[in-house]
Formats: sequence, C-alpha cells, structure tokens
Amino acid sequence: MKRHLANTYLVLVFLILYAPILFLIVYSFSQGDTMTNYHGFTWRHYQTLFSDARMLAIVANTLLVALLSSLIATLIGTLGALSINRTTKRVTRESLLTLNNVLMVSPDVIIGASFLIFFTMLKIPLGFGSVLMSHIAFEIPIVVLMVLPRLREMSTSMLDAAQDLGATTRQLLSRVIIPFISPGIFAGFFMALTYSLDDFAVTFFVTGNGFSTLSVEIYSRARQGINLEINALSGVMFLFSLLLVGGYYWIQQASQKRKHRKREVVS
Amino acid sequence: MTNRKTWLYFIPYGLWLALFVIAPVGLIIYQSFFDLGHHFTVANYSTYFQSATYLKMTLNSVWYAFLITLFTVLISYPTAYFLHQLKHRQFWLLLVILPTWINILLKAYAFIGIFSQAGLANQFLTFIGIGPQQILFTNASFIFVATYIQIPFMILPIFNALDDLNPAFINASKDLGASAWQTFHRVIFPLTLPGVKAGVQAVFIPSLSLFMLTRLIGGNKVITLGTAIEEHFLTTMNWGMGSTIGVVLIVAMIIVMTLTGDQKPKGGTPR
Amino acid sequence: MKRLVTMVVGLLAICGLLGYTSNRLERSSGSTGDKVLNLYNWGDYIDPSLLTKFQKETGYHVNVETFDSNEAMYTKINQGGTHYDLAVPSEYMVAKMKRAHLLKPLDRSRLTGWQNYDSQFLNQPFDRGNRYSMPYFWGTLGIIYNDKFVKASQVQHWQDLWSPKFRDKIMLIDSARDIMGMSLVTLHKSMNTTDPATLLAAEHKLNQLAPNVKAIVADEIKMYMTQNEAPLAVDWSGEAAEMLANNQHLHYVVPSEGSNLWFDNLVIPKTAQHTNAIYAFLNFMSQPKNAAQNAEYIGYATPNRKAKALLPKSVRDDRQFYPTQATIDHLQVYRDLSPTKVELYNDRYLEFKMHH
Repeated sequence: MKRHLANTYLVLVFLILYAPILFLIVYSFSQGDTMTNYHGFTWRHYQTLFSDARMLAIVANTLLVALLSSLIATLIGTLGALSINRTTKRVTRESLLTLNNVLMVSPDVIIGASFLIFFTMLKIPLGFGSVLMSHIAFEIPIVVLMVLPRLREMSTSMLDAAQDLGATTRQLLSRVIIPFISPGIFAGFFMALTYSLDDFAVTFFVTGNGFSTLSVEIYSRARQGINLEINALSGVMFLFSLLLVGGYYWIQQASQKRKHRKREVVS
Repeated sequence: MTNRKTWLYFIPYGLWLALFVIAPVGLIIYQSFFDLGHHFTVANYSTYFQSATYLKMTLNSVWYAFLITLFTVLISYPTAYFLHQLKHRQFWLLLVILPTWINILLKAYAFIGIFSQAGLANQFLTFIGIGPQQILFTNASFIFVATYIQIPFMILPIFNALDDLNPAFINASKDLGASAWQTFHRVIFPLTLPGVKAGVQAVFIPSLSLFMLTRLIGGNKVITLGTAIEEHFLTTMNWGMGSTIGVVLIVAMIIVMTLTGDQKPKGGTPR
Repeated sequence: MKRLVTMVVGLLAICGLLGYTSNRLERSSGSTGDKVLNLYNWGDYIDPSLLTKFQKETGYHVNVETFDSNEAMYTKINQGGTHYDLAVPSEYMVAKMKRAHLLKPLDRSRLTGWQNYDSQFLNQPFDRGNRYSMPYFWGTLGIIYNDKFVKASQVQHWQDLWSPKFRDKIMLIDSARDIMGMSLVTLHKSMNTTDPATLLAAEHKLNQLAPNVKAIVADEIKMYMTQNEAPLAVDWSGEAAEMLANNQHLHYVVPSEGSNLWFDNLVIPKTAQHTNAIYAFLNFMSQPKNAAQNAEYIGYATPNRKAKALLPKSVRDDRQFYPTQATIDHLQVYRDLSPTKVELYNDRYLEFKMHH
C-alpha cells in the first residue's frame, strides 16, 4: 500500500517534470504554425530543421561549446578540488570555498555583464573563444562542489600507505586518488554539461561576430512568436539526451560489474 | 606529496579564481560606486537603502524566493526519498536531471501554451465544469513555473545525502523498536539535513534573481531584484545601480552560505 | 584511469568532429569569405529574398546577425570586439551613438537614391542633415484591439484605456519612454518633458491605469494578442502589423491627439570594414522597387516616397499604418535626453511597475 502511494507520487512528479517537454514535442508534429491548436500529423517541421544549415551549425556549435567547456572545466575543477582539499587552515579553505561559490550564486545577468566588461578591457574579440571561456568559468565551481565530498571521504591512511610503499605523486594521483574520486568527476562533468546547455544570459552577453548558441538563437527567433521548427529541434535534442543518459547509465553499470568481479578475484 | 608539486596543480584553478571570480566581482564593486555621469559616488547605495521602491522590491524578492524554495523542498524531499528506494535509482536520477537540458525559454513557452486562455489547463478546467480561468500572469503560475525549474537542483543534493546515509543507522533504529516515522524523523531526516541545506543554497539565491520568468509568466506583476538588474544592465544602461544590486545580492549570498554552511568540523561523523 | 583517458580522447574526437561539421555548414551557407557584408539588424527585419537578389546583382553575401534591443546593440558595438558594417538603430540611439563617436559619416556622393525619400522624414532632430543615418522604416505607437471583445468606437483615444470597463484587459509594452509618453500625451504634455513634477503626474496617471493592466511584457505581446489572450494592447505599429497579419480580429489605432513617431535607420558603425559593400547595399535598399518589396514583407511604413507609390493601394491608403497628415502633424519624435533625464523616466516607470 505504502509502496503504491510512493510510486503514484513519483509518477505525478515525473509527469509534471516532463509535461512541458512532451507538450513541445507533440506540437512539433502539428501541421499548424503555432502552439495553440493541434492540426494533424506532419514531419514538415523536421524536414525544415534538417535543411536549415544555419540551425544545424548552431546546434553543432552549442554541443561543441558544451562538451569542450565541460571537459576543460572538469580538469581545472578537479585540480582545484585537490588543492582545496590539501589546505590545512580552515580560514583559507572557507574563503576559497566562498570564492568558488560566488559564480554559482551570482545572477546570470551580472556574470554576463561583468565578463563582457572584462573581455572589453582585455580586448578579447567576442565569438567562440569568449563564449567558451565564459562557459568554462561558470562550470568550474560546480565541478569542485561535486568532486570535493569524494576527496573528503578518502581516508588519509590509504594515501599514507601508498606513499610509504614508495608511490610518486603522479602514481598516487593516477592509481589511487583519481580512480577513487572518479564518480565525483563524472557527476561534475555532467553538471557542467547541464549548466552549459541551460545557459542563456551569459552567452547572450559575450557572444558576437556571427557566433551563436541554441539558447541565444531561440531567444532571437522567439521574438517573432515561437516557430515549430524549434519544437522539432527540442524533440531531436530530447531524444539525443535520452540516448546519452541511457548510454551513460549502461557504461556505469558495466564498469561497476567489472569492479565487482575484480574485487572477487582479489579476495 | 611535496608542497611544490601541489602548488603546480593549483595554478589553473588559481588563475581561474583570479581572472573570472575576483576580477569580475572587483569590477562589479568598482562599477557600483559610479553614477550615470561616471562620477565617483555612494549615491547608488543610499538610493538602494533609502528608496521605498528598492526596499519593497527586496522584500518581494525574498518573499517569493522563500516561497519557491519552500515548495521546492516540499516536493523534492519525498521525490528524492522515494527515488532512492527504487532499483535503478541512478538511472531515475538522471531522468530527473534530463529536463534541465531543454532550454529554459522553450519550457517557458510550453508553459505559456499550457496556461493560456485556450490552453490545455483551461480546456481541462472547462471539461470538469469550472470554466476557463486567468492562469497566466498570476503569482501562482509564476511560483509554479519557478518551482518547476528549481526542482532538479534540489532533488540532486538531497538524493546524494540519502546515498551517503549509512544503512546501519536505519537498521539500528529499527532494531531498537522505533516506528517507521520515528526512524525518519529522528534518524534519516537529521542526517540528510546537509543535503537539504545544499539544495536550499542552490535554489534560494538564484530564485532571488529570477528574471525571464517574471516577465514571460508573471507579466511583470512581480518585480524581483533580478528583473531590476536585467533592466539596469540591458535597458536603462544604469550599470552603477545594477552593480549595486549585484553587490547586495553577493553579500546576501555570503550571509545565506554562512547561515546554512557547516560550522562544525565534520570530525564526529563515523564512516 | 585508463577508462578516463579513453573517454577524454573520445570526447575530444567528438569535439573535433563537431567543429568540422559546424565549419562546413557555415561555409555552405556562405557566411565566410571576402565578398561579404555584415548587417546587424533586428530579428526578421528584412525580406530574405532581397538578400539573395543583392548577392546575385553585386556578388556580396550578407551575413545577418540580430539584436533585440537598441541597448544590446549599443553595448556590442561599443565593446569593440565586433565587426559590423551596418546597423539599424532607432532614432534616439542614432543620437547616442553619434555622441559616443561610434558612427562613420555617410558619403553622400556615393549614395544614388537619396531623392527617393520623403522630405518630411529627413533632417530630423536626432540627426540634422542626415549626416550619419539613412531612414529604413518609420512608425507610431498605438492601441491594438480585438474586435471580438471591444468595439472600434470604444478605443479611439488614449483616455479610453482608463475606462473601468477594461479592468484587467490591457497589455503594455515594457518600455519606459513609451508608456510614460502615452501617459504624458493623455495629460496633454510633451513626450519629451524633463520636468520632474510633470513626470510625477504622469506616474500617478499610470497608477490609476494599473487595475486595467493585465501584464507588462515585451515581444511576447504579439504571440499573446494573436492567441486572443487579451482584448487590448499598447504597442508599436510595426509589431501591430505582424499581429494583424496573423489574426484578422485585431486592429490598430493611432490616437489622433498624438503619439510617438519613431524611425529605424541604417548607420555605419566605426567598426565597419567593407566600404564598397556598404554603399552598394545602401543604394540597393533605396531603389523604390526593393524598398517597396521590403515594406510589403515587413509590413512597416516606408519613408521612401517612390517606394510607397509602388505599394498596392490597399496598403498605401491603410490609415492604420500610413495615418492622415493631420495625425502625423500631432506625432512627436523622441529627443535624445541626457542619461540623468532618461533616468527620471526610468525611475517613475519603475515605481509604476512596482505599484502594478
């Protein structure tokens, strides 16, 4: 009975979470031109989408920025978490963490505006480079926050043991620390990806010279009232993310099984 | 590890801190001391703290951010809790995050379609005999959509806290004869409180500065600090005043962080 | 660790592939190369077939990039990291950019279509002698009503909006100068006043309108009005033209007692690089046939006299978008006020929004 109630609740939450997305996708098959009345099935909007070279280039750009920035942010963020974890003074650690969180909690508009002033001062041209740098910048803190708890869980005795056995810093990192915190690193990468794909305000400020990402393009197209080609695009994106999530989960499951097997062999 | 080597690892992160955190925050603070004529002044701060408009706006923002956070917690905690009991829980968690990958503007437009006069929600209300209502541009719809946007960011930390919970505690509590409610109330909830706190941090402050939704869904009936910042930076070009509000928000952030942050060193937690 | 490295390599490979794809796609849509013109325009503000025609005639490919507000455009051009050849600011922004030395003067000897323009739209206070700007479109501020809910006779004047009949029925465009201006006209004051007392009176007048205001929104107003979300709206004629095209129940009124007259103008930012392409484009756009085609596509009023003559009679005589001379005489062009004076408008308007 209780299990039943819990499941009903979850179904309800998921229904609400996915309602707007389903709504977008349903209308991507509508013959009409707006999201008011459904007019019967068509693939037309998908055809328009796949013949729109500019739109596809923007999708490629968006994914490129998202993946590349998340990758770099994960690298820098993990190194950052390692060094924060090494600090012994509480004051230093607390202030480092506060600084780390400033970008997490500042309004996007402020981040965007201040980055714009900053790029202007340094005479950095607006475009792919400035967008990539900004994305890396606002993704780093979340990576740190995801990796840090894992590092704290790592026992110092394990590190000491490894060091006593003569492990170099490099070996210590690659054999002991990184494997242990890798779930945190993956989580950080995923959250970074989420932030990048979700961002509008910061990109809006720092883009220029013809470079555009999906959210900025959607914003400027939405001025004319939303166009169902965009719905078709969200349908494709949704399917793509679903595959990505499925794939990620499958890889994780497979690797966990392998770990289990390894452990059995050891014992 | 030698100290010299560790410092090398700190360089990229340190550079990032200096270039993209300290420099921009410095710029914002610097900007906040200039008026429209580029004269050095503290007038922006005195305007902010003396004008009824900005004080009312601040109260409004805090009130709405509080409501949004409250509803988000109320919905997210049970979700995270039940989710955690499922078999493929990591997979379901990913499915909670997935909707955040669809652009927020698109979701806002979908909600406009659902809530409009001829929309799905009103068709349903007509069907059950209540008749069409004005849903868009009400405070309720604004809070609903804002809560919707924030839910995944609250579920995630609570779920992680539940994940870190040592099942031995729950078993012990049950062995000692505690009821299910007592176990939850006395053991599970207190131990997952850090997750709730992290979630509140991740939701409350961004909610203070929501802007796009206040216009699209709220019809500018609610003016938050975020709306004001956006307006000062993008429309009225009064960057000084916009930066001042930004500084206030950053200070608010630090206050919230210290209030909800873990004061005590975590030494006592057995693992 | 090995798995991590494999994943990183894999991701980098995907990134390389994405970069290559986007590069190829951009090249196939022709946005790189030498014979180009970078036009920084409002969204959907030029007939795309004219761009193709221009490329066929002159060989220049036009890259269009869009902005959503004069201020956003100003910030990007002022920033200096961009290379736009032509931009389309509104009148007050032309003055502002001129003052900030962001514009290059027009070389009149290279312009061939100047005599096509209606002289009453030239030599305006924001750019005397049109040294920097060539008018692109002009329009007004007015009332859009839906004849399903409101009769034409009920909304001919600004004051009509204050009627208690329209409780929670009006959508306003989120623009300080326009909404304050509307209130000022209703009070029979100048839309360019800088007298604090008058502006305060205008705010009080607006506060009385608050119960009638359903929402204060931006571009979305078009979508909402087309979907019959509200019976009344205050918006610009250009936006109105688009709404009218999508919903036959909508109509546009310019109150005869006065309103705003606005211009969008072609200007050359100081960052421009392709001078020959710029003048080829300006001359191309001032040819009556092209200007008329553009006006018909966009639905805004063209300042090009010869182009207007080429428009179908039903468009030319549409009083909604080409109002009578008597109404035009009552229209006011916004003067470029100093930042502190503009702030007066913004502060009063913000108070009204908080009140609402």
